[in-house]
Amino acid sequence: MKPDDFAYFTKYIYDQTGLVLGPDKMYLIESRLAPLARKWNVATIDLLVGQLRSARDPALQRDVVDAMMTNESFFFRDGKPFDQFRQLILPALLQSRAAKKSFRIWCAAASTGQEPYTLAMILKEEAAKLAGWRVDIVGTDISHEALERAKAGIYTQFEVQRGLPITLLVKYFKQQGDKWGIAPEIRSAVQYRSFNLLSEFASLGAFDVIFCRNVLIYFDQKTKGQILDRMAKLMPADGVLYLGGAETVLGVTERFQPMPGQRGIYQVVAPGGAAKAG
Amino acid sequence: MKSFLVVDDSRVIRNVARRILEAFGFKIEEAADGQLALEACKRAMPDGILLDWNMPVMNGIEFLRALRATPGGNAPIVLFCTTETDMTKIQQAIEAGANEYIMKPFDSEIVESKLTQVGLL
Ligand SMILES: C[S@@+](CC[C@H](N)C(=O)[O-])C[C@H]1O[C@@H](n2cnc3c(N)ncnc32)[C@H](O)[C@@H]1O
Repeated sequence: MKPDDFAYFTKYIYDQTGLVLGPDKMYLIESRLAPLARKWNVATIDLLVGQLRSARDPALQRDVVDAMMTNESFFFRDGKPFDQFRQLILPALLQSRAAKKSFRIWCAAASTGQEPYTLAMILKEEAAKLAGWRVDIVGTDISHEALERAKAGIYTQFEVQRGLPITLLVKYFKQQGDKWGIAPEIRSAVQYRSFNLLSEFASLGAFDVIFCRNVLIYFDQKTKGQILDRMAKLMPADGVLYLGGAETVLGVTERFQPMPGQRGIYQVVAPGGAAKAG
Repeated sequence: MKSFLVVDDSRVIRNVARRILEAFGFKIEEAADGQLALEACKRAMPDGILLDWNMPVMNGIEFLRALRATPGGNAPIVLFCTTETDMTKIQQAIEAGANEYIMKPFDSEIVESKLTQVGLL
């Protein structure tokens, strides 16, 4: 890749997605774009980038963004956060939302669906306590390809063996050839939307819980801070935020603070005040 | 050091499993069928058992039922590890007392994820 194309391409991806691609990512870019060049029937990556520069083709732009995303995800990723959700966050919501009997969860980087479906399965397991409740799980991602897979809810044998307890596989999946399809009642519990975290959040509505896991790591401090500040605005005073194992709010935003004793969970801080105890 | 019994009639699979489990710090014993595995368990109950289904002499599910009926036989954590991927087979295994179920082909990542789930890691 020519230096000029590299500069154009990394800026393009940064502007479109927030993803930071340093000079050390040349190899990554080339390995992701090579299959795309074949798909678009152009001989070289340089020609592909040339096409991206000259023709404002939304289909190509979308493919390029999709190609640069890392969509890796697992059911019950890291285990602990979902134990905490079931044992701590959910009981708190059941109590605090008892009057209106509803709450909303946002998976802000839903990727191929494992995270929202994990939550949907947990809620199904706790269905007895949720009778008469309305729970929204909204899964969004910038990657169209990932969202298509999420909506289909069909996973490989490898994917259903990383993190998913066998009892839940038996309960909520059906074998389809050598793949595993998630049960319609779990699939329909999640609403998917194509959504860029760099855009305005207002259209999504308010959320009691936000899962924003393993996506901020790809952004610079400024982008991280802006996204988290805007998330805080969507949340009530007792809202909770989940980040990935390698992510934190410390030094990034003042609008969240770690929940004491609970790794990976953050509470909203009222502007100019301390977080609501809870 | 926790102990693991690897039960499979294929020496190749036993070797693969041994290498993966040893890397997680387990002390490994091997058995080539359910009968030999049961004898090994009666001598000393391992902490974990990786269990194939189809084996000569005594198969995995027969072994598991016999194990759970043996004094002290509820203690080991049993992970089936088999090419059987039929839902009815998986259910049978759970009913017989399996703690987890790995569908072959497996790799180190799957084993690690399952071991974490059952609390052996
Ligand atoms: C590694 S996955 C995380 C999946 C899941 N949250 C988890 O923890 O397993 C990161 C996802 O973030 C998405 N993503 C990256 N930049 C984004 C942006 N600007 N807006 C929305 N999604 C984005 C990618 O498409 C990818 O699916």
